[in-house]
Amino acid sequence: MTAEQDSNLDINQGPQEYVAPTTLGQAAEAVADGNATILAGGTDLMLQTAVGHINYRTRLVNIRRVAELRGVSKQDDEIRIGAATTITDIRNDELLSRMAPVLVEAANHFAGSQIRNAATIGGNICNASPAGDTLPALLILDAEVELTCSSAGTLAQRRMPLTGFFTGPGQTAMLANELLSAIVFRIPEHRAEATFIKSGPRPALEISIVSAAISAIRDTNALFHVRLAFGAVAPVPLRATATEAFIEGKTLDDDLIEQAVDILMSEINPIDDVRATAWYRRHLAAVYLRRLLVDEY
Amino acid sequence: MSINIDIEFTLNGRRVQANVPADMSALALLRDKLGMTGTKLACGEGECGACTILMDGESVNACLMYAVDCQGRDILTIEGLRTEEVLHDIQQAFVDHGAIQCGFCTPGMILQTKYLLDSHSSMTPDDLKRGLESNVCRCTGYKKIFDAISDVATDKA
Repeated sequence: MTAEQDSNLDINQGPQEYVAPTTLGQAAEAVADGNATILAGGTDLMLQTAVGHINYRTRLVNIRRVAELRGVSKQDDEIRIGAATTITDIRNDELLSRMAPVLVEAANHFAGSQIRNAATIGGNICNASPAGDTLPALLILDAEVELTCSSAGTLAQRRMPLTGFFTGPGQTAMLANELLSAIVFRIPEHRAEATFIKSGPRPALEISIVSAAISAIRDTNALFHVRLAFGAVAPVPLRATATEAFIEGKTLDDDLIEQAVDILMSEINPIDDVRATAWYRRHLAAVYLRRLLVDEY
Repeated sequence: MSINIDIEFTLNGRRVQANVPADMSALALLRDKLGMTGTKLACGEGECGACTILMDGESVNACLMYAVDCQGRDILTIEGLRTEEVLHDIQQAFVDHGAIQCGFCTPGMILQTKYLLDSHSSMTPDDLKRGLESNVCRCTGYKKIFDAISDVATDKA
């Protein structure tokens, strides 16, 4: 313990209880009183608690040993990813590389291998950073989150679209007595093409200055079923729905792309921070939209 | 203050027991409680790789891992790599190539290399560079480090 950490003890008290459940039922029970901090990979929690951005609740609940929360599976026309599946597991997953390669691409750009080996997709979602690397890819996949809680001894689950899950930087719609158990999305149509790009001074191990993902079905010179998402340009990971609607079905040419850029500029609301200025983020978002549209058509 | 938890795990092939605060990092456990100072604290936020350890064979940043999560796991640090007095091939390659300046990044570099070579059947020089992207050498002695690593990778293949 350093002196600095000692002086923080009053405002940042450590957990008073610790449990490491092995089943989803035990995990849901452990958070049921709303007084738990959930530990998965720990790569964000360790840092955010150290600097006081997150304070521990009474009980630290380590969900890393819950087998039901790990792995990728196909159920009917859906893909289901357990919340405690690591980024490395996603990066190496054969089903995902066939069915949703854009998510594998995002995992490939995620930090470095030491962090990918520990960090989980559920943690990346619940951390709710506007710059979270998997989030634009999950947004264009129309992903939904599955939230589990224990109510009178039985498990109750609800699903909500990821678009509505983020309520602000580091804030989500998950209740204190719930835990994120899975992320689910329909297998994308075979003809849909998707791309993820991200910017940082280094190719990986970098918090994005701007990230972007697009999915669309190309027909001659127009895009259909357009899904467009950006990271680090707004308080939450953003589905650019107005820009999507504008592009939908129209013949792509230089003029149309510039009009789409104008609409995107009105949809985003980036900030100045240590990594980049708002001006540069706007510039980069425009460049990325042009690049995504030119590559697509 | 955090509650303390009893844990038991395998460290470099030996069973160890410890009583740790629930919010302690694995790095603090290794260095401050167990005296295993080969694992280095540098950035403390997962950017530099100096604290790389192998957890059940996978490389992780000990500074971002909770000590309580060591429970039941198999942890390998740089102290456990050699057998008796014989250096591991990767360690020997670093010595042979003089791939050490201040040495602070070396334990992390070596363990990350072990992870890469153990978990991939073959690695190109570019794969190795990409695989070491989260291990930083501030003496910027990368040339000799890559020479050493490429040697081991070639011998293995």
